[in-house]
Amino acid sequence: MNVKLIVDVSRSLLLARWKQTLVAAIGVTFGITMFITLLSFMSGLNDMLDGLILNRTPHIRLYNEIQASEQQPVDLYPAYKKHHNFVRSIKPKDELLQIHNSAPIIDALKKDSRVFGVAPKITAQVFYNVGSIDLTGVINGIDVEEENRLFFFSTYVTSGNYIDLKNTPNSIVLGKGAAEKMMAAIGDIIQVTTSKGERFQLKVVGYFQSGISEIDKVQSYANLNTAQKLLGESTGYITDIQVKLNDILQAPNMAKEYHDKFNIEAIDIQTANSQFETGSSVRTLISYAVGVTLLIVAGFGIYNILNMMIYEKMDSIAILKATGFSGSDVNKIFITIALSIGIFGGALGLLFGFGLSALIDQIPFNTASLPTVKTYPINYNPRFYMIGGIFSLVTTYMAGYFPSRKASKIDPVVIIRGK
Amino acid sequence: MSDIILEAKKITKYFHDPLTVQVLKEISFSINRSEFVSVIGKSGCGKSTLLYILSTMDTDYEGELFIDGMAMRNRKEAELAKVRNEKIGFVFQFHYLLNEFSVLKNVMLPGLKLGKYSEKEVEHRAMEKLKILGIDNEALKNPNQLSGGQKQRVAIARALINDPLIIMGDEPTGNLDKKNSEIVFNIFQELASEYHQSLLIVTHDNEFAAKTKRIIEMEDGNIIRM
Repeated sequence: MNVKLIVDVSRSLLLARWKQTLVAAIGVTFGITMFITLLSFMSGLNDMLDGLILNRTPHIRLYNEIQASEQQPVDLYPAYKKHHNFVRSIKPKDELLQIHNSAPIIDALKKDSRVFGVAPKITAQVFYNVGSIDLTGVINGIDVEEENRLFFFSTYVTSGNYIDLKNTPNSIVLGKGAAEKMMAAIGDIIQVTTSKGERFQLKVVGYFQSGISEIDKVQSYANLNTAQKLLGESTGYITDIQVKLNDILQAPNMAKEYHDKFNIEAIDIQTANSQFETGSSVRTLISYAVGVTLLIVAGFGIYNILNMMIYEKMDSIAILKATGFSGSDVNKIFITIALSIGIFGGALGLLFGFGLSALIDQIPFNTASLPTVKTYPINYNPRFYMIGGIFSLVTTYMAGYFPSRKASKIDPVVIIRGK
Repeated sequence: MSDIILEAKKITKYFHDPLTVQVLKEISFSINRSEFVSVIGKSGCGKSTLLYILSTMDTDYEGELFIDGMAMRNRKEAELAKVRNEKIGFVFQFHYLLNEFSVLKNVMLPGLKLGKYSEKEVEHRAMEKLKILGIDNEALKNPNQLSGGQKQRVAIARALINDPLIIMGDEPTGNLDKKNSEIVFNIFQELASEYHQSLLIVTHDNEFAAKTKRIIEMEDGNIIRM
């Protein structure tokens, strides 16, 4: 068919009612703008909240757990094989928290092509001594550089320089909450008592703020060596191996694989943090629902305007049909009108959506629990723009479909004779 | 026989709302090439109804209709639209010009739809038709800037753009004053005599009809004179 002619006629009909057209297009623009902004903002927030946990959480964590011995001596005795045994004399062994052969395991992990990085860790239970009071605490012994590369350690050290932790012997980065309780300034010496009763003096080189205040009241960070000294262990002592993968989705399978291979507990991030995924997907669902609703409302606007246009243009449609335009031509003309409203309004909407997101991105957003965030988070995912664009076309097409069909079915005889 | 361009065979039509009434009773007649025919009759005799059936716009009838030797029954809507585009030119009582387009574009539209000529050629042809009708000076104006008589002449130019087999008119002078009626009639006359254009004009203006070559008179759905 003669596309140019149809476009030409559509354009003339559009321009003849440009005010109505503009209102319809603004409806679409508004819908798409809000859709893009909402999704970008919501998804930015999601990413931030997820990052709060997920960035700092290893994809796979290898550790030993204190567990009861699976087989008690009585089970091994042949005479009682078929009996129900309840004598449990063997208690969990000491030092089970240590990962045996940690060095070869780390080497093997580093050679695995699926692994992005490996960071060892020691968890040590301590008491922070504040005058005559002891506060319970946890000191994490870390490999400072690897921890920073894999888990962005430096972003959570709000005061002081994180690398001092490596360079200064017997140093500590205190949790913000703990530091406040202890009234410890950077450069001060604090005293901790280990679980074995030994006292240590550590120099505060920085504050750590995770965004979760309960953690900040308890947790502190020290060098691997310092932590080993605190526990009175040798340099091979490690309680956790944190693994970051190239593809997070492989974590569950690989955790199982490592569990079998190294005979060690392995937990993947999906299992450990399933609640975050649920939260994110529900929030995303809500923002999509709101965005789609806005677009559907805009679609009804287009439907109304096209319907009115068809009533107004009844004569024109009749004469077009009388002079040889078929029903499908008329249909195409009105679909073209609807789609051009959609394309024009949609494109503007995408643009405004981007602008509004960029604006929100500039609004200051300071909260004590999120030290790394200075402005509202925005996710500029091109996928939202694609979905918005496609959806604007689909809604306008749907909105144009019924009025167009009505127009194509107009009987010219009825109109022309009615005059 | 090849001179017959339009042939109606026993065309019968009923209106069903509110009561079933037979409007056309087995109407049969034919029109030859370059004939100027008028259809007259009192209001409600079915002359307009007949015209719309002959124009292929009304498809709800019994009987046979041949245009240019082709049967029009049981054709698809798009095919009929093509026939109207190519072979029939319309002039109605009301001009039905599209105010969104210039006069020239109004005349060009059916030609562009036909797609036989390029846009340039269609434009050139449209200008020629306007010239024949003496309104080429108004070509770039909007239809609502023209007088009633001028509008009707634009409508005639539009009917002529595809060199139709036949021009059909439904009371084309019905809305015009004496002077403009005369102008329109003279145009039809000129088209018939100089350009050998076939015309079928429905009118209740007996004076108008008297000047045409052939008169078909209808009464109560029957042809009583042809």
